[in-house]
Amino acid sequence: MASDTITKGGSFLLEEISPADVFTPEDLNEEHKMMAKTTEDFVKDQVWPVLEEIEQHNFDHSVRLLKQAGELGLLGADVPEEYGGLGLDKVSSTLITEKVSLGRGFGLSHGAHVGIGTLPIVFFGTEEQKKKYLPPLASGEKFAAYALTEPGSGSDALGAKTVAKKSEDGQYYLLTGEKQWITNSAFADVFVVYAKIDGEKFTAFIVERDFEGVSTGPEEKKMGIKGSSTRTLILDEAKVPVENVLGEIGKGHRIAFNILNIGRYKLAVGCVGSCKRAIEISAKYANERKQFNTPIAQFPLIQEKLATMAAKTFAAESMVYRTTGLYDEGLSRLEGSDGSSAAKAIAEYALECSVNKVFGSEVLDYVVDEGVQIHGGYGFMQEYEIENMYRDSRINRIFEGTNEINRLLIPSTLMRKTMKGELPFMEKAGSLQEELMTMMPTLPDEEPAPLEEEFERIENAKKLFLMTAGLAVEKYQNDLEKEQEILRDIADIAIEIFAMESAVLRAKKALDKDGEEKAKMKLDLARAYVYEAFPRIEQKGRHILSSIEEGDLLRTQLSIMKKLTRYELINEVALKRTIAKRILDAERYVV
Amino acid sequence: MDILVCLKQTFDTEERIVIEDGQISDDGVEFVINPYDEYAVEEAIRLRDEHGGEVTVITVGPDRAEQALRTAMAMGADKGIIVDDEDLENADEYSIARVLAAVIKDLDFDIILGGYMAIDDGSAQVGPRLAELLEIPHISTITKLTIDGESVEAEKDVEGDVEYIQSKLPILVTAQQGLNDPRYPSLPGIMKAKKKPLEQLDLDDLDLDEEDLEGKTETLEVFLPPEKEAGKILEGELDEQVKELVQRLQSEAKVI
Repeated sequence: MASDTITKGGSFLLEEISPADVFTPEDLNEEHKMMAKTTEDFVKDQVWPVLEEIEQHNFDHSVRLLKQAGELGLLGADVPEEYGGLGLDKVSSTLITEKVSLGRGFGLSHGAHVGIGTLPIVFFGTEEQKKKYLPPLASGEKFAAYALTEPGSGSDALGAKTVAKKSEDGQYYLLTGEKQWITNSAFADVFVVYAKIDGEKFTAFIVERDFEGVSTGPEEKKMGIKGSSTRTLILDEAKVPVENVLGEIGKGHRIAFNILNIGRYKLAVGCVGSCKRAIEISAKYANERKQFNTPIAQFPLIQEKLATMAAKTFAAESMVYRTTGLYDEGLSRLEGSDGSSAAKAIAEYALECSVNKVFGSEVLDYVVDEGVQIHGGYGFMQEYEIENMYRDSRINRIFEGTNEINRLLIPSTLMRKTMKGELPFMEKAGSLQEELMTMMPTLPDEEPAPLEEEFERIENAKKLFLMTAGLAVEKYQNDLEKEQEILRDIADIAIEIFAMESAVLRAKKALDKDGEEKAKMKLDLARAYVYEAFPRIEQKGRHILSSIEEGDLLRTQLSIMKKLTRYELINEVALKRTIAKRILDAERYVV
Repeated sequence: MDILVCLKQTFDTEERIVIEDGQISDDGVEFVINPYDEYAVEEAIRLRDEHGGEVTVITVGPDRAEQALRTAMAMGADKGIIVDDEDLENADEYSIARVLAAVIKDLDFDIILGGYMAIDDGSAQVGPRLAELLEIPHISTITKLTIDGESVEAEKDVEGDVEYIQSKLPILVTAQQGLNDPRYPSLPGIMKAKKKPLEQLDLDDLDLDEEDLEGKTETLEVFLPPEKEAGKILEGELDEQVKELVQRLQSEAKVI
């Protein structure tokens, strides 16, 4: 990250990016690795032995373990030193999140506490609020939760019905309403709650469990993540001191949405940790399980599954660490500690956060699904970890904004940034149209350098994105927001571009540093991912074009698109067998 | 109290051993502090916290072994010394003990701790050899340690039984499993470790001649244990089973 200018959120769609400008897991330093090991050892030695009890709602263990995590510093990474935290870089906190995800439901308890629970106060609290609340939250003396969702308002967060009314003496706000599905609600001491003052001004409050009028409902019975506590937070004229208003009155949405951005990207990080675990247990099982007197790992269809799981995981891992790098860059240059500059820095990469969330959760769902399949009938049995992971995975596509909402956010964020003049989307789309009219397909290089073809495909994918999204904007103008199917397709192309590019940039960075032999697995994984993702982009492009044009115009556009989507075939079977061999030899996800 | 800990960086216990060209390959392998040495580090930190003083961790190994010292310092050790082993050829327990003795003779110490053996070569020799070279007493495989003034009391594991031993400082003890439960390096500890002093020495700094350090043993071959084959359960009448067993022990296993 040598450059002096901050990378603009969403700019990856419009610009060429150099491998030196992205952070990759290979850039971790020794301290990072030690922190990751401490976290992993802690989860494996301390959490795993009691995980079953935690999943039966014995949350005394969760509290005890969270306190122990606090002693190790695992709760203070994102809290500045002056408030009792460690003030570490985002890479450190990403590593902690990735490794804690091995604790499944416990990982969520941890994540909700350090992430959406504590961060609103870190970024938007007043000096007094930070001094009062952050030290015990960072040390594990107290725990936090986040209360936004209501029975009647999920995706439509601003439709909340919880109201706040000032008491007659002017000292308190009285909050009344129900917040639903609140993670950590069994034991959290501090809740960040959203309510509308006088039924209008959407505002965030810091609500302590001990405040008069605060209670929780019974534990929910969930499909998965049973190891996390989920209850309703009941507010019955809850007496909240006026100094506990968090941020500005009427500006609660600013906190809510920015914290969700971070939550989305952290969710993707957790998904990466879970993907690695699913690959590990599936590879081990495949080596052990024999059918027809042969370990099933020797069957190519099993190998292919593991290879695809690994390639997708590689793309997701590359993506989340790249995004972490963006945040380290953006937040380290934060001037002043007021909420608005923090909000701006977080919001900068809102588009990337949505991309991470959708991609990470869908990769994990794919990986655990194939993991169950590799386990066969045993994968359907509760004694097997993969069965648990399969159920746990499902919620990721729903919470922190459904994947549908996040898909819609991707093009709308892009358009908003374009309207504000932050991204030259329309200019680029305009000049591209002329370029495409005269574009001649280039002949394939006889002996392309490693990744040369992949980079070319990413470049073409970006052109395809500009072309189709540009045409869609031109056609529908302000009505585009009603065309959700097209918006979804545009989002999917953007997601695949970020995924392919993150994987390829990471492999290229390793290639430049270590040479082809040492970087081989990364090259293979990146190539495998691009090879399977690129046809999906083409398909999405067709879908968009055929819904906005017809007749000759459609045929012209399709023939232009065809120039962008030509690529050389490779022996994908051989490539995936090579990848699978490495995974099966190591019995874990390796790069 | 001046406390020294000798430790070795070894393969992570979960690593699979791969042999390439007659050598154990360390390509892509994760390394850890030898688990028995980790007990020694933990015990040293506890002694320091109880009696005051300083914990110095010492290793002989390649550059990467610095990481093991940093980990020990993240746990709480105060400083580290690494002796580069690049000039050591064909080194064995004899050589390593001599190098350690050369480092330690210039240091003040009341007690030296180490693991009773390294999980990689499993020789359990370096500790006792080092004590001999330094002409101090040693107690191996301890599971409990109490120090009061000059007096040392230890419980020693002897194949499942316990021996109670008394001795005096200065002393060398080696740790057996059960001595303590090593702490995790905490995140604040990891950040602090970065700034703790780490001294790098080579054989020249120690006035050692590599020829005097050549190992007394020679490794002839490195190979993996044979893969375990499926067992066989004998069937039929008891008499027949016994006959078959004897016959197989004679002709197949050739043990009787």
